[in-house]
Amino acid sequence: MAKEPQIQNNDPETTGHEWDGIQEFNNPLPRWWVWVFYLTIVWGIWYSVAYPAWPGIKEATAGYMGWSTRANVAEEIAAAEAANAGINEKLASVELTAIQGDDELQGYATSAGAAVFKTWCAQCHGSGAAGAKGYPNLQDDAWLWGGTMEDIHTTVTHGIRNEEDPDARYSEMPAFGEILEKEEIGQVVNYVMTLSGQEPRDAEAATAGEQVFLDNCAACHMDDGTGDRAQGAPNLTDAIWLYGGDYDTVHDTVTYSRFGVMPPWNQRLSEAEIRAVTTYVHQLGGGE
Amino acid sequence: MANYIKLIALGVIVLLALMAANFARDLAYLVNALTVALAAGGLFIWVLRNTDEPVIRQDLSGEYMDEVIRYGVIATALWGVVGFLVGTFIAFQLAFPELNFEWSQGFLNFGRLRPLHTSAVIFAFGGNALICTSFYVVQRTSAARLWGGNLAWFVFWGYQLVIVLAATGYVLGASQGKEYAEPEWYVDWWLTIVWVAYLLVFAGTLMKRKEPHIYVANWFYLSFILTVAMLHIVNNLSIPVSIFGSKSVQVFSGVQDAMTQWWYGHNAVGFFLTAGFLGMMYYFVPKQAERPVFSYKLSIVHFWALIFIYIWAGPHHLHYTALPDWASTLGMVFSVILWMPSWGGMINGLMTLSGAWDKLRTDPVIRMMVISIGFYGMSTFEGPMMSIRAVNSLSHYTDWTIGHVHSGALGWNGMITFGALYFLVPKLWNKERLYSLSMVSWHFWLATIGIILYAAAMWVTGIMEGLMWREVDANGFLVNSFADTVAAKFPMYVVRGLGGVLYISGAIIMCYNLYMTIRRSPATQAAAGSAVPAE
Repeated sequence: MAKEPQIQNNDPETTGHEWDGIQEFNNPLPRWWVWVFYLTIVWGIWYSVAYPAWPGIKEATAGYMGWSTRANVAEEIAAAEAANAGINEKLASVELTAIQGDDELQGYATSAGAAVFKTWCAQCHGSGAAGAKGYPNLQDDAWLWGGTMEDIHTTVTHGIRNEEDPDARYSEMPAFGEILEKEEIGQVVNYVMTLSGQEPRDAEAATAGEQVFLDNCAACHMDDGTGDRAQGAPNLTDAIWLYGGDYDTVHDTVTYSRFGVMPPWNQRLSEAEIRAVTTYVHQLGGGE
Repeated sequence: MANYIKLIALGVIVLLALMAANFARDLAYLVNALTVALAAGGLFIWVLRNTDEPVIRQDLSGEYMDEVIRYGVIATALWGVVGFLVGTFIAFQLAFPELNFEWSQGFLNFGRLRPLHTSAVIFAFGGNALICTSFYVVQRTSAARLWGGNLAWFVFWGYQLVIVLAATGYVLGASQGKEYAEPEWYVDWWLTIVWVAYLLVFAGTLMKRKEPHIYVANWFYLSFILTVAMLHIVNNLSIPVSIFGSKSVQVFSGVQDAMTQWWYGHNAVGFFLTAGFLGMMYYFVPKQAERPVFSYKLSIVHFWALIFIYIWAGPHHLHYTALPDWASTLGMVFSVILWMPSWGGMINGLMTLSGAWDKLRTDPVIRMMVISIGFYGMSTFEGPMMSIRAVNSLSHYTDWTIGHVHSGALGWNGMITFGALYFLVPKLWNKERLYSLSMVSWHFWLATIGIILYAAAMWVTGIMEGLMWREVDANGFLVNSFADTVAAKFPMYVVRGLGGVLYISGAIIMCYNLYMTIRRSPATQAAAGSAVPAE
């Protein structure tokens, strides 16, 4: 059985109701509670006069403070753009190579470029520009299409192997699975591993692979395997790999080929922004 | 005779469900249809076996209907553990993405498990807690047996079916993509039927009460049941693409859909997690403290203020979005005015203990209830504060929101439910006392420290990422990329996961304690707890 609530001697009156042993005191509302409640209501009425609040048939009251989320943000953006207008114009019009000679321009372009990079480029190249499998590391001095200001500027402006921009950098490695015999693929993969000083899986096959390489790969990757930037053909003699340098990955690359795509940015970014991000990438460490 | 009708109806349902399974256009729908067929088939066999058995007619009106509540208590505890477990797992998935295993992609990755977690804790754990405690409270405070005979059983089992259909649907990819309203159209329809039955049982019991007045707890429960019905129907207005597929298309689109969703979403918090649980508090706190409710006047004023004001506060979820400024103002102003009405419940709960504060030392169940009211007060202050546009511009989309939700959910909803379960189990199984009070104490401390770790970690990451997102350099350019903020949150994500581990450990201890109470605690002399008192 539920016990009776213990009413104590100095307790206030109850309402006289009782449910399953529960009674209720007839205490008044706490004064501070009532006053704070009233205060929030008064504040609410004032706020609804000061800020956009009461909807009408066509539009809502604007409030006497002239506050508006859209207008405010448009103002802030306009103010930021106005503040940087002069330097942006200069950045977009000087010779590309002159940017680095001008401390003010270089400093501005680097911080603006970092913001552009973190907004548009970090998704693939990583927030620290260290890249990922299939997305080049931009901090080192290995460049697929070149690491000068002009090279980077062209790459950012037009992108790589995309369909949107006819001036995009373009090249296509054939899928050698349809061209070479299985044995030849194995041989050339072993040979490619020796180019970068790795231990091949099969030394004999590696020797045989040299001829396969010269017949099929050297046109783009050069006889010594150092690659050709004009075609975006990677250098195969260093330890830097875009997709991976182990036997299985190189085997996949040779058999199926690769086709990395980068979008053109001239449709989304202004010339000043493209130059800023070019400067930012250039100063990361590998700029030429 | 009634059994024959039931058998025919169940047989038809089995056939229709199997046909639906046969024509199913997607996996989630197929599995859901088979689940329905299985449930109806099982029920068919059960009814068949009981057909033509001798029926003992007896007048049960002098006895409370407690068996369904016992089932509800068990369901609450079990779904709680399931929900906490999934929550803890996805917390670690965020800290260690490798836990999104390759082999389980498309089933057990974060995106599929997250709605499973939220629905399991809010609707399975919280919903069962609300249904079973409301059945208990409305009977005791009306001195009447539940209205509608076996309808209460239909509510219980029907609701479990909703949970199973929704949960399997999420994992298999059926989702409306509306937060806290993910279940697809047919689950929504079924829930509507179950909810109407729930309303009938609850209101029917109130109608036949023997007490002259309706107790305050029942006002809150009734407002919760009615409002949730309205919210559920409006927010789930959608047109199925095919009757043999789970996909449906919302009737509203664009910002209207977003506003409807957050009108629903905010009031799911307001009426499901606040009003409903206040109903719980208004019964179990005075019972456990054995003290009268602090103020009848306060309960009336804060009840009406709360339900009138809460319903307008939803737009604060959409500050700085496509929502027009005037609607965003509406949400903010009502949220701030809501502060005192929310605190009215806290005052009434805490002040009910005046004259019984000494019990905090000796009774860990009271301690649990008190800290739950404390967390209630804290999150109902934090909520209005976060709804202020200037604060929201920092807190929106950050982990601060997650922390706010969890100090409310783990602290308020979780702890008051644990308190109610500790109160109910000895009463419902006619035991003198709980198996172990020191285990309750362990549960209390594990859960409390768990919540503090969770909330503190989310405050830190939330404010940190809010500040990092808006950080600009001298030229006005953003300093951090999004990925930088994700990386910076890692240590706090681990702390949050550990908080979850502590919380679920406490819940498992509770389950063991309740189980042992049922098995081992000494029985009370007379099983009088289930008798309706004579007038």
